[in-house]
Amino acid sequence: MSGANRLAGAGRLVPARTARFSFDGESLTGLEGDTLASALLANGIHLVGRSFKYHRPRGILSAGPEEPNALVGIKRDSARYTPNVRASVQEIYDGLQAVSQNRWPSLVFDVGALNDLASPFFSAGFYYKTFMWPKAAWKTIYEPNIRSAAGLGVSPSEPDPDSYSARYAHCDVLVVGGGVSGLSAALAAARTGARVILCDEQAQMGGALHFESGTQLDGTDGFSWAGEMARQLSAMDNVRVLNRTTAFGYFAQNMVGLVQRLSDHLAVPAPGRPRERLWQVRAGRVIIATGAIERPMVFVNNDKPGIMLASAARVFLNHYGVAVGRRVGVFTANDSAYAAAVDLKLAGIDIAAIVDARSAPQGPLIDKARVLGIEILTGHTVARTTGRLRVSSMTVAPIAGGSQRAIAVDALLMSSGWTPSVHLFSQSRGKVAWDEASDRFLPGNYAQDCVSVGACNGTDRLETSIAEASAAGAAMAEQSGHKSRGKMPRTKMETSESWGGGMLGAAPGAGVEAKGKAFVDFQNDVTAKDIRLAVREGMHSIEHVKRFTTNGMATDQGKTSNLHGLAIAAEALGREIPKVGLTTFRAPYTPVTFGALVNHSRGELFDTTRRTPMHNWHVGQGAVFEDVGNWKRAWYYPQPGEDMHQAVNRECRTVRESVGLFDATTLGKIEVVGPDAAKFMNLLYTNPWDKLGVGRCRYGIMLREDGFIYDDGVVGRLAEDRFHVTTTTGGAPRVLNHMEDYLQTEFPELKVWLTSTSEQWAVIAVQGPKAREIIAPLVDGIDLSNEAMPHMSVREGRICGVPTRLFRMSFTGECGYEINVPSDYGQAVWEAIWERGEPHGICAYGTETMHVLRAEKGYIIVGQDTDGTVSPLDAGLQWAIGKKKTDFVGMRGLKRADLVAGGRKQLVGLKTTDPKTVLEEGAQIVADPNQSVPMKMIGHVTSSYWSENCGHSIALALVENGFERTGETLHVPMPDTTLAVTVTGAVFIDEEGKRLHG
Amino acid sequence: MADQLQRAHPLSGRLVSNAGVTVEPAPEAPRMILRAGKSALPALSKALGVKLPTKPKKSANGNGRIAIWLGPDEWLVIDLQSGDPAADCAAVKVLHSAVDVSHRNTAIIVSGTHSAAVINGGCPLDLSLDAFPAGAATRTVFGKAEIILLRETEDRFRIECWRSFSDYVFGFLEAAAVDTDG
Repeated sequence: MSGANRLAGAGRLVPARTARFSFDGESLTGLEGDTLASALLANGIHLVGRSFKYHRPRGILSAGPEEPNALVGIKRDSARYTPNVRASVQEIYDGLQAVSQNRWPSLVFDVGALNDLASPFFSAGFYYKTFMWPKAAWKTIYEPNIRSAAGLGVSPSEPDPDSYSARYAHCDVLVVGGGVSGLSAALAAARTGARVILCDEQAQMGGALHFESGTQLDGTDGFSWAGEMARQLSAMDNVRVLNRTTAFGYFAQNMVGLVQRLSDHLAVPAPGRPRERLWQVRAGRVIIATGAIERPMVFVNNDKPGIMLASAARVFLNHYGVAVGRRVGVFTANDSAYAAAVDLKLAGIDIAAIVDARSAPQGPLIDKARVLGIEILTGHTVARTTGRLRVSSMTVAPIAGGSQRAIAVDALLMSSGWTPSVHLFSQSRGKVAWDEASDRFLPGNYAQDCVSVGACNGTDRLETSIAEASAAGAAMAEQSGHKSRGKMPRTKMETSESWGGGMLGAAPGAGVEAKGKAFVDFQNDVTAKDIRLAVREGMHSIEHVKRFTTNGMATDQGKTSNLHGLAIAAEALGREIPKVGLTTFRAPYTPVTFGALVNHSRGELFDTTRRTPMHNWHVGQGAVFEDVGNWKRAWYYPQPGEDMHQAVNRECRTVRESVGLFDATTLGKIEVVGPDAAKFMNLLYTNPWDKLGVGRCRYGIMLREDGFIYDDGVVGRLAEDRFHVTTTTGGAPRVLNHMEDYLQTEFPELKVWLTSTSEQWAVIAVQGPKAREIIAPLVDGIDLSNEAMPHMSVREGRICGVPTRLFRMSFTGECGYEINVPSDYGQAVWEAIWERGEPHGICAYGTETMHVLRAEKGYIIVGQDTDGTVSPLDAGLQWAIGKKKTDFVGMRGLKRADLVAGGRKQLVGLKTTDPKTVLEEGAQIVADPNQSVPMKMIGHVTSSYWSENCGHSIALALVENGFERTGETLHVPMPDTTLAVTVTGAVFIDEEGKRLHG
Repeated sequence: MADQLQRAHPLSGRLVSNAGVTVEPAPEAPRMILRAGKSALPALSKALGVKLPTKPKKSANGNGRIAIWLGPDEWLVIDLQSGDPAADCAAVKVLHSAVDVSHRNTAIIVSGTHSAAVINGGCPLDLSLDAFPAGAATRTVFGKAEIILLRETEDRFRIECWRSFSDYVFGFLEAAAVDTDG
């Protein structure tokens, strides 16, 4: 038996197929296909949670995704715990463990419920007022307590072990919603041959046909018809049918985000399979068939367990075979609730009374209820309910006044009408319009290629819905280039359903004078009183009312509360509803897991990790790596027992005394080819290029229009019409963009093309006095002598038998080469050089040593010694500017008054008084350490290292009028002391540059 | 010693073989980026033995070579028979730029009935046969990496990417290749 309230012969589940699950540790039995909500109700459990603010006992309000109350934690194992799962959505499986939330020590006895008694202190906006004084209490008392009280549920504490997938998809027509309208639209579109995707958030297609017992389609009951339609659609090659798939966001250009739940309903998910799949659908056209959501009635104590939407009770009965009570009351202002009473009555459930706020409702459904002998109290209201953990009575009263009467009930169904689900339409930037005749917001102006059909479009009658949906399906397919083929078969239909009637705002008797809480927003505990209070406190816009009261701001985003809140605010303001406005709907429609959004992009795939061809060699040598952009670069190579400092000192010494090997592969490389290559280089760099001979290199500086340094690098001329340009590692992509941008927009007449070769070449820098001696035996076809190949030249030939572009250049100040070989040969050539160098005491050096060595020579690093406000003049690089040139990017910028005025910060060297003291990079520099605070800062340290080769610390700094200050003593104030420094030139070793030519 | 050096393929030894999809590194192949104006195309096409396509999303085959249109004046030429396309272009006296990128790019072959679905795990393009038939090729994105995607046949794709991105691209394909149903 799957629960005492499961009715024999009712519903669509198979009685024999049971599933065991637990709720708060209690072991229970449900049926396969049950939601947690239906399975709990079958077992007579209505109390499933405590409310957010007042900790009031709460039950199950709905049977769908709009559920504000029945939020539980679902635990699969220690790492798989999901809080705030809607019991009305979660399907049960054998072994499911559910726990209630927001209660301590137990669901039945919850200490937090004291908040309900103290509620006068917790009225709307209380947190804006209550915690203002004393100020010091905010950090120590208020905030920590609010944080622990805030939120529902507990976050999982372990990393998510599940995987999540993603898929981009394209279609002609995306249909959102698999109810009668969505199915009709999908079928009409699919018959044309158009590519169709149909998604629905539930386990099975059907929408309202889950509960509409009065609808017959093509001679069968509505739900079976829906199943048959879904089968037909699935069988078509041009159709993709996705169930358990929520369209959660409607973005620009008909991009719709869907999340498909693949395994949350399975007892044993297949190992390694994704839990969810994110679909990013680019749809030619979108048909929105999202239906409508029933609204509760707003009356005092309308939140007790056992009080639920009328349609929900019908779903539980007609689909799951569960009776939500044995003596059920109904409170309505709408026809469709009568159908719930009729269905329950026919199933043998006692209907205590139907209380209708309307004075004279008429129609077949009302007649049917009357015929069945159900007591109908028209012109009445439910003044309040009683019961602690479940409703036990409703007190009914004539609206016109008169004596009240308590009627015993164990469940109370309510309906104040239906709210069209315009969420996706609104997300698409469509504007809703108020429909005076039916008191509701409907899709108005469309902003994207979409159309709404059926209940979400305010189309209430079944026949009209089907006609409208079929026409939309065919029209949308035709607009995407697919003609209708033959006549669409007409769906034969019969229905006794009616969705007429309805009301907005507080029910009669729940007005200003009413005592007790009449809830509007169940999840955020917002009452009708709170909304009236917000208006009294001056909130006149619905956006302000929403934020002041938090109405509609919970995870359900006010699916059942927004319109009531709006109506109550409008009444309090004495204005019409459309004048007060409607808040904007935002994605996601229902909560989406981070896992689905992130999908594959976690761990190793979080971002690209770029490694050079020699990476594994560095790993083998125990290199420590640093991240430079997306690259992994060897930082230093500690030998056993060495710390970073010792390793770097050794590497620095070895390069200057013998030779070192450095992986410079990550530098950007651009091949500039064409008869106008030199002309182009003249325009993009400050340097002159016309006279650079083939086979020679030059250090080039690239500026932005404003005259500030953008990038730098050594450029080799391989032929009259071919340059090999290098850029900084981080600058590679933007330098190519910058060049391409100018080429295409400013200099399109130039015959020159740019191609990135950054990754074509592995680059091995061999630097040090023994560099030539070591590589010479490996090189073929290139004369390496000083005379044949001086500093700053480039040759093409072979090394170790593979082609090379061999640069003689140096970023260390030593004689050196940068050997470019095709990437796949990088490691083999590196190893060959290493082998040759070992008898000479060769070392591999990393980026830290590279930084120190270049700083010893005063070579700048763009982005470290420059920051986008440094001109070549500031950096002491005026020699690199072609004096005779008539144009280059940044030339006019360099002449700006403030760039040539005195007082510019200029790049200088600094020596500390104590040679052992290494300054902190970024430290500020002042002229007079005794001036009052705030001191005038005249510069800052840009690079600072211990120089083993110099035997003292060295630093580069940008200092106001720095070039004129050589020999001056300046001061660097630090938190605990002030350091005196002497201004020097920026070159600390071999000022004449003799070593380069060794 | 010279000729003993072996190329080290960045994806050496990697293979994904799931039901309906195989992901594997493509063999090494000479490649170049060819840049040229319209008037140079007939001569270059003749020299290469493959007619350079002039429309977006098109590729052409000939002489053991694949030419992929990348822009109005830009092609990727892949030589599957270890020829030297740049040298062939150098032999004709029309204005062009040929730059060797044989080692800059590496390629991954994705084949099998689910190959399009797997690539759509990270690539936002419409890979239906109508929109992207055999022979279609384009520069696009895959996850966070830039790729050049060529559909060789209905169920076989060639993904070209830069060498240092190949580990990421292969890893992403490996992850996406788990999810082939639906």
